Amino acid sequence: MDFLNAIVLFSNFVIVPGLAYGSQLALGALGVTLVYGILRFSNFAHGEIMSFGAMIAILVMWAFQGAGISIAPLPTVLLALPFAIVATVFIVLGVDRVVFRYYRVKRSPPLILLIASTGVMFLFNGVIRFVIGPTDQRVDDGARFILRVRDFREATGLSEGLAIKTSQVISLGAAVLCVAGLFWFLNKTRTGKSMRAYSDNEDLALLSGVNPDRVVMFAWILAGSLAVVAGTLYGLDKIYKPFTYLQLLLPIFAAAIVGGVGNPVGAIVGGFVIAFSEVTLTYAYKKFLGYLLPSDWAPEGLAQLLGTDYKFAVSFMILVVVLLVRPTGIFAGRTL
Amino acid sequence: MTALLGEAMTGGYGGADILHECTIGVDDGEIAVIVGPNGAGKSTAMKAVFGMLNMHGGTVTMNGTDITKLSPQARVREGMAFVPQNRNVFTTMSVEENLEMGAFIREDDYRETMDQVFELFPILKEKRKQPAGELSGGQRQQVAVGRALMTKPKVLMLDEPTAGVSPIVMDELFDRIIEIARTGIAILMVEQNAKQALHIADKGYVLVQGRNRYTDTGEALLADPNVRRAFLGG
Amino acid sequence: MTYTRNRKIFLFGVMAFLLIMVGVLQSWSLSLTIINLCIISAVMALGVNIQWGYAGLFNAGVMGFAALGGLATIIIAMPPVPETWQAGGMGVIFAGVVAAATVLICVFAYRKLKPNRLYANLTVAAIAVIGFFTTRAIFEPAVTAIELVQPAKTGYLGGLGLPVIVAWPVGGLLAAGAAFIVGRVALGLRSDYLAIATLGISEIIVAILKNEDWLTRGVKNVNGLPRPTPYEVDLQNAAWFIEFTTNWGFDIQEASSIFVKLCYMGLFLAVLLFVLFLSERALKSPWGRMMRAIRDNETAAEAMGKDVKGRHLQVFILGSAVIGVAGAMLTTLDGQFTPTSYQPLRFTFLIWVMVIVGGSGNNFGAVLGGFLVWFAWIEAEPVGALLIDFITLGLAEDSPLRLHLLDSAIYMRPITMGLVLLLVLRFSPRGLIPEETGGARTR
Repeated sequence: MDFLNAIVLFSNFVIVPGLAYGSQLALGALGVTLVYGILRFSNFAHGEIMSFGAMIAILVMWAFQGAGISIAPLPTVLLALPFAIVATVFIVLGVDRVVFRYYRVKRSPPLILLIASTGVMFLFNGVIRFVIGPTDQRVDDGARFILRVRDFREATGLSEGLAIKTSQVISLGAAVLCVAGLFWFLNKTRTGKSMRAYSDNEDLALLSGVNPDRVVMFAWILAGSLAVVAGTLYGLDKIYKPFTYLQLLLPIFAAAIVGGVGNPVGAIVGGFVIAFSEVTLTYAYKKFLGYLLPSDWAPEGLAQLLGTDYKFAVSFMILVVVLLVRPTGIFAGRTL
Repeated sequence: MTALLGEAMTGGYGGADILHECTIGVDDGEIAVIVGPNGAGKSTAMKAVFGMLNMHGGTVTMNGTDITKLSPQARVREGMAFVPQNRNVFTTMSVEENLEMGAFIREDDYRETMDQVFELFPILKEKRKQPAGELSGGQRQQVAVGRALMTKPKVLMLDEPTAGVSPIVMDELFDRIIEIARTGIAILMVEQNAKQALHIADKGYVLVQGRNRYTDTGEALLADPNVRRAFLGG
Repeated sequence: MTYTRNRKIFLFGVMAFLLIMVGVLQSWSLSLTIINLCIISAVMALGVNIQWGYAGLFNAGVMGFAALGGLATIIIAMPPVPETWQAGGMGVIFAGVVAAATVLICVFAYRKLKPNRLYANLTVAAIAVIGFFTTRAIFEPAVTAIELVQPAKTGYLGGLGLPVIVAWPVGGLLAAGAAFIVGRVALGLRSDYLAIATLGISEIIVAILKNEDWLTRGVKNVNGLPRPTPYEVDLQNAAWFIEFTTNWGFDIQEASSIFVKLCYMGLFLAVLLFVLFLSERALKSPWGRMMRAIRDNETAAEAMGKDVKGRHLQVFILGSAVIGVAGAMLTTLDGQFTPTSYQPLRFTFLIWVMVIVGGSGNNFGAVLGGFLVWFAWIEAEPVGALLIDFITLGLAEDSPLRLHLLDSAIYMRPITMGLVLLLVLRFSPRGLIPEETGGARTR
């Protein structure tokens, strides 16, 4: 019984949240990796693009809520997602046209594009706060839980409960869908293959008649869409706070690098590695150990390896270890 | 009318001129080989024909049409195919995908062409699901040539196709190149292994410091004592 | 040469004019406040310019290095708290010794066991885990004890009680230490890895400062840092000052505040000129030429036998140290240490705007950028408010849109900065005062 309780406890506080958070990070890291693979620079504006997309989704959601449209028990924001994707992609393509294209045509070094992306980050940062303000916004209407702690306890008779939030299931489901769609696109379609070719060997792709503008456009469309989904899911799962997205940049970059920048499979694996390391290292094991160990062995403190406030340190430590041991990431390569 | 003719080409990469009044041409079904010492501008001459050079003198024509002003990509559409010396395959993509990328600009059904390539290089059919980066050097060259053939080119240009492969593989590659030429494709190639290359060449160009030094049939060049002494090691 | 010189004089003249206008139109006290922050910004921009302008290194963690400077002011200038030292000071020191010993043993073990990688990695991992738990076991009770001592007033170890000026070089040293660690890991790899690694370390540094109450009181802030200058109250009671103000007919309140700000300004200016002098000397020395050679063509420089990674590490440490000094100056000026005030936009990316706008690679450019951009950052809000007020004139006085927009005027800051950065990068990538080069530059 104690053993089952321990497993349930661990699932409730580590596995389920880790899966949801890992999905969100993986989607974010995929966007970073796509831009890196095609445009060959680290896009510091990616976090703010996620935030911007989530903001549009919230605005559209409010419109739907005002009009009384809902898809309960699912959250209304899902209905708003397509609109947010279209709007954000449109904006991102505009930004590419006005900002990044110039440096690409000039073949500027990647760091110059990186600096330009920090300018875009500033701009988005201000615009987002200008439109929606700096305060928190709740996104999760509809049924908040698929499985409630009390229901689980009553059904199983265990003293520990397991809760599964709607947003967690949606996160994982959306990630699976997006990843499957992305891989189908990259591996099966003509445009997708031309993107991989361009990422692998730019000169040879050009010789083969691949149109670079088209490849870049698709890279932004995909990265922008993934960013909107990732940003909205993060807001749905936790709460929408404009400032958190700048902080998400670190775990997202860490996920992309851990997996091997430019490699989509790596981005997904990296996302889950970072998410689970964060959750397992900042989880307080006191109760968990209490179930497993004889009663007089139970730890006195929280048995927490790291304070929750240091979760960013986890991404960083993993990043450092990867850079020291295997700078190319788990899946070496810079190609899609 | 010559299938491909670069006449009196003069130009360089932006600094000093590398080519001076250099003329290179090849006809349908023919193999033309450019040889010469290191730094003679062999690869540069080929790049000039392909439009990758700043030219300020001379013309390039294909079957009489002037293509001097076209970009390399546009020349591909006109029927030229180019196999660079380095980085000439998509290493992370499978052999089959490499060939598909070769046919990227084609709107029609290219499966027949792919079968022809597989017929020419049977090993590629065997390894068609394998990433090109995992193949041996000789096999990679086959992928590179196969990729170029996928556009059904009128002219195939090869920049040192045998660089870094063993002599046996080199002979094998040359055999395949002759086979390709027999299908009516004009072949222009730059070769470091001058002797062997001239053996299979219909036309040979010996370049020195960016200028034509000797131009003749491959056989005649091999027989010319001056050429033998200066460029073929006796 | 005279052209750039005239340009320099003209641009600095414009800057001086702007600051004087603030003095005339708003108040001299405000003008001095802006000037003091301008000078600190200029020092930070010099630090970033050393890294970016000289060597082409992108440091996305300016915030962290500045925050370490802030930490130095606490450690150096605050009086020690004997009760907390008694409660847990030894414990913390002992934990630190254990942690350091763990790291040393790990390094030693790795070197000894290197031939067998798997074995070495496992041993090191085991030592690290044991060390981590031992450290935690000593550290935690000590920290709890410290934080229990008068949490509302102290609850931290305090500092050494030395003059606060000492904290400035110490802040530089702390930042240099952090830079050494990050640099060792991230330099020599792809150029944007350094950007991401520095972004990471700066978030961690700020997280530590926010959460380690025993060290910094965390979000409870450390107030009342000793000043290097006289206090207004003392001045107002000092006979000579009363006499001085009555003789000249100044208002004593305002005069004392201006006097204090002038004192700060003198100190900050001294640091700025010192750093500027050294930077210029370094840039024009063989070392500076080598740096720029490496920046413009790493491969060629490496082929000529230059130790690119070593030089990069050196310049990265130097630049970070300058940022650390500036960070310490800033906290000294504030008179309090507030970890929550460290925001990446304000402390990292704003400094970048300064360097890019001013002219990367030119020290005077960085200084000008520091002044100009800080000025714009401060004035963007009121000007933005005016602008919004003007645009929304057509709307009713109490229209919700108008009120929302007026409320949001402060976000004109990031918007303006983003636009300025993008416009300068695009249309004048070499900045207002471009780098002086002997020949053509390829970049």
